[in-house]
Amino acid sequence: MAILELSHLKKYYATQKAVDDVSFSIEPGHIFGLLGPNGAGKTTLLRMITGIFYPDEGTITFDGKRFDPENDIQQIGYMPEERGLYKKMKIGEQALFLAKLKGLSHTDAIAKIKYWFERLEMQTWWDKKVEDLSKGMSQKLQFVITVLHQPKLIILDEPFSGLDPVNANLIKDQIFELAKQGSTIIFSTHRMEQVEEICDQIALINLGKKVLDGKVSAIRQQYKENLYELKLDKAADQIAASAIFEPINQAENKMIVRIHDGYTGNDLLRYFLDQNIQVQHFGEILPSLNEIFIRLVHGTNAVTRSFHNI
Amino acid sequence: MNKIFLVLKREFMSRVQKKTFLLVTIGLPILIFAIYAAIFYFSIHSTSKTKIMVVDNAGLFKDTIAADSKDVTYQFSTGVSQTELESKAKQKAIDGYIIVPADATLDDQINLITGSKIGIMTRESITSAIQSRLEKLKMDALPVSQELLKKAKAENKVDFVNVNDKNDSGMRAGVSYGVGIFCGILIYMILLLYGTSVMRGVMEEKVSRIAEIVISSIKPFELMMGKILGIGAVGLLQFLIWIVLGVGLRFLLIPILFPEASHMVSSGVMDANASGADMAAVMQALGTINFPLIITMFFVYFLGGYFIYASLFAAIGCSVSDGQQDAQGLQLPITLPIIIGFVIMMQAVNNPTSGLAVFGSLFPLTSPIVMMARVTQGVPDAVSWWELALSIILLFGSFIFTTWFAGKIYRTGILMYGKKPTWKELIKWAFRKN
Repeated sequence: MAILELSHLKKYYATQKAVDDVSFSIEPGHIFGLLGPNGAGKTTLLRMITGIFYPDEGTITFDGKRFDPENDIQQIGYMPEERGLYKKMKIGEQALFLAKLKGLSHTDAIAKIKYWFERLEMQTWWDKKVEDLSKGMSQKLQFVITVLHQPKLIILDEPFSGLDPVNANLIKDQIFELAKQGSTIIFSTHRMEQVEEICDQIALINLGKKVLDGKVSAIRQQYKENLYELKLDKAADQIAASAIFEPINQAENKMIVRIHDGYTGNDLLRYFLDQNIQVQHFGEILPSLNEIFIRLVHGTNAVTRSFHNI
Repeated sequence: MNKIFLVLKREFMSRVQKKTFLLVTIGLPILIFAIYAAIFYFSIHSTSKTKIMVVDNAGLFKDTIAADSKDVTYQFSTGVSQTELESKAKQKAIDGYIIVPADATLDDQINLITGSKIGIMTRESITSAIQSRLEKLKMDALPVSQELLKKAKAENKVDFVNVNDKNDSGMRAGVSYGVGIFCGILIYMILLLYGTSVMRGVMEEKVSRIAEIVISSIKPFELMMGKILGIGAVGLLQFLIWIVLGVGLRFLLIPILFPEASHMVSSGVMDANASGADMAAVMQALGTINFPLIITMFFVYFLGGYFIYASLFAAIGCSVSDGQQDAQGLQLPITLPIIIGFVIMMQAVNNPTSGLAVFGSLFPLTSPIVMMARVTQGVPDAVSWWELALSIILLFGSFIFTTWFAGKIYRTGILMYGKKPTWKELIKWAFRKN
């Protein structure tokens, strides 16, 4: 059963359709990537899932029941893209305040904060103020605040921006760990390499509409262009197109070819075997999510839209 | 409800724990008091005494000029030459001298030659001392007895008695006037001070982007109410401290600093004999003022007015995205009624039953200020009971309306970044559905 199911979700502002009929569902324990260019409607979508906005139309089903922001909010942890903390407040008190707002009791909140501070090596921070922290440090604090109350659903909007590789890896490990423990994670970003590395499943949003969704591997298969990479024992530029393939790119003894419809990789291999050309390397090229993303978004007015006022 | 309390507690604690809170709450009244005490002290213990030498060749003054203030002394001498006096004045041994020529009459002009600059207050005191001395001498010369003259000059007392309440003396009107203005100004300051404090708090939350995190845990309305209540609680605490400090300082310090203070103050206004009776009259007038009612009304209007304005200021705070500059333009329509209320209040204390005063004390945006000035003048006399009831009903009705209205704006505004909205847009936010 899906932990979160969106069906025909719509949110219209006066001048534009911020979210226009979006549906998808997320299985528990998965890491779900929500992708889209700036201004695609990701934030509005996330704000509806966190109960900040009400959808104009459509339904959100959370954990099998119709989403009830008042109570279900306790089960959700949200880290917005624009981070915010009370600058003058001590870090420990701040975490305590926000944990209690999520409904934790005082002792429970303190125990959880101690656990997380220890885990992320922040024990000495309790009495510091946020204004004394570096950007990366406050990012870590923000992450702890998001996951402190053991939410079933964790929503992270660009969680790695501003983090150095060491801390980014630290957070990444925590994300994997949380998913292993059964939390579901929605990961909103436009950094594709992170998505390929972390996410099981993605949805691509553009201009308020869902452009595609599914498992990362399936999507790459779906958008493959039948390209293969070959390394041969002779100069590749002597090989001409045939009924089976056409060369796309040739350099020294490497080449990239596109197989025509109706043929497979085996047909390509057989062709070279028959020609008695030594094949040293053979592999299918799957498009990266970045390429798919650009292909799908390119040409729409996605960029101009991001400057629209709501 | 529990979450509103959490926000309230955070607002309250984070403000009260600040060093500036202690500084303002305790330091400010002490500073103000110290400044007043210093002014008071120096005006009483001023060492500069004006010495006037009188060479009365005609015997006009009969060797006395009754000084009406301690600061001026008159010294009579004979046979001192003008050049001698002049040199004394130049050396500042004396401040001035009067030479009355031998042929002078009571109607002549008196010339005072000064060596140093004499202040306007001292000049007046010298003038009146000389004039009253000459007047007395002239009257002595009249063929009428002193008693008859005194009787003719005595003023008849005019007393005002109200049908509802037997005592409506001028003293009572004066005291209730003072208390009225004091309460009105206090509420005026509360509305401006704590209202803008709410606005700044909301702006800070929005600009630092904490609002979005908090709102993913609680409803925007709860956040807004928590903030308003928290700052209100800080205000109440501050008031209690001020009241305790004010009363304490007055009773502790005045007798230590100025043992003769009460005498000095009243002698400035009336003669020394009357001052005791006068103080008693003020005390008696204070006694006739219905303090329990005024204090109750003060808290009613303090809370009502504070909630109305705090929610409006919160609405302003949430709709601007970068700082003070933006806020100023939107703030004006909110601060204007407060200032208008203040102006009407100044009118209302003088004429508590005028149409303007009645309107001002019913209209909920000005009533917290104006009504306080009227209520202090007595409830059935200056304000009828139904007016008071209607005013309170309107106040709390609009308090519910403005918090609802501000809550709607807040919900949209707190997450809205970019250009500053216009008032039209704000009203649209308030009335559109979710």
